[in-house]
Amino acid sequence: MTEQKAKDEIVYDHNRDGINRRGFLKCMAWAGTGAFCVIQGGVLKSYSLSRISEVAAEEMKGELSFVQISDSHMGFNKPANPDVAGTLRAAVDKINALATPPEFLLHTGDISHLSKPEEFDTVDQILKGARAKDVVFVPGEHDVLNDDGKQYLERYGKEAKGAGWYSFDKKGVHFIGLVNVLNLKAGGLGTLGHEQLEWLEDDVKHLQTSTPIIVFAHIPLWSVYPEWGWGTEDSGQALAYLKRFGSVTVLNGHIHQTMQKIEGNVTFHTAASTAFPQPQPGKADSPGPMKVPAEQLRSLLGITDVNYVRGKHALAVVDSSLG
Amino acid sequence: MTLRKAAWRFCLAAPVVIALGLLFAGQRNVRANQQEKPAAMAEVKIDNFSFGPQTLTIAAGTTVTWTNRDDIPHTVVSTDGAFKSKVLDTDEKFSYTFTKAGTYPYFCSIHPKMTAKVVVQ
Repeated sequence: MTEQKAKDEIVYDHNRDGINRRGFLKCMAWAGTGAFCVIQGGVLKSYSLSRISEVAAEEMKGELSFVQISDSHMGFNKPANPDVAGTLRAAVDKINALATPPEFLLHTGDISHLSKPEEFDTVDQILKGARAKDVVFVPGEHDVLNDDGKQYLERYGKEAKGAGWYSFDKKGVHFIGLVNVLNLKAGGLGTLGHEQLEWLEDDVKHLQTSTPIIVFAHIPLWSVYPEWGWGTEDSGQALAYLKRFGSVTVLNGHIHQTMQKIEGNVTFHTAASTAFPQPQPGKADSPGPMKVPAEQLRSLLGITDVNYVRGKHALAVVDSSLG
Repeated sequence: MTLRKAAWRFCLAAPVVIALGLLFAGQRNVRANQQEKPAAMAEVKIDNFSFGPQTLTIAAGTTVTWTNRDDIPHTVVSTDGAFKSKVLDTDEKFSYTFTKAGTYPYFCSIHPKMTAKVVVQ
């Protein structure tokens, strides 16, 4: 362990940001298979998931712990996964087995596959089995079909503003849930829209720059692969409002695979789906569901555990697969 | 045969020929109309997150049917509001009859990178 740690320590740090190219690439390489990346005091440490049991419990422990799940696509029944209820239950089992129980769950959208009431009902029922009782949501494009999100708002966004955006504070961390799946324009990407951006500017105006910020939305707020619509038109404006903060973490779903990118003080992260995997950017004709051998499926699905340690300026984002 | 005789015969025969001609033409028109009705249909397939063909050119009065052959739902939404389908799950269809000439761009409102157009002549 000590030897491994020494290897991961930074040798060249040209930008004085605690991240060197080698360390970053190492983290990127592992992100696809399940990685554990911790940023402590601006220092990026990465471990592969197979080594996670060796990581000291103290390093994992924080002020606040929550789990991100995404893209449960309840109602999907095609060959890529004929049992999405079963894999969501497996995700709940995984959450309940975590050493540090999460305080709440955060679902980054595509709860349902076709916005049917019974699909939402099934997800709500399965998530009741999690030890963490509170679940916060943002909608995916599959949750707002046919009614511009009216049903979604009635179910999950009664306290929210506009099309379902909101913010809340937990243990000194400011959480912001954004909606970028409505009013999409022909040829375009995800969209936040003027009204939401104005709200965001106002929402963070009075916060101290030392406040850790966690932003979550369905479609990535960074340009993952615009050719497949994996990005948000006006995310640049949203990120401009967050520029002055020392620690910003952006959590997204939509692309059904884990990916991470660090830009200045902002860490971008996408979670795996609990339903079916999608191909890596540009590695297939389309971003449609990827059929893999049944025994491999659960290794490509997963949950994301996030831990925040006050004072240490640390946020640990841990992806773990379902099997 | 003198020229005058020939002209006389022509004058006698011409109405008969014209009448027969009209009769045949009429029959042909009826037959053509019967064939045109089923011909005024066109299809667009949704495959691999794209509409095929990308540009469909049709005559006014043609009914276009879209079929979703993906494992993911899509929609067919006109950019200028002329038509809008409900969400189409796998193998579901949507039809719209184009009555006026013009260019109709459309897209999938769930995956807006999917764009195509119908040209009505």
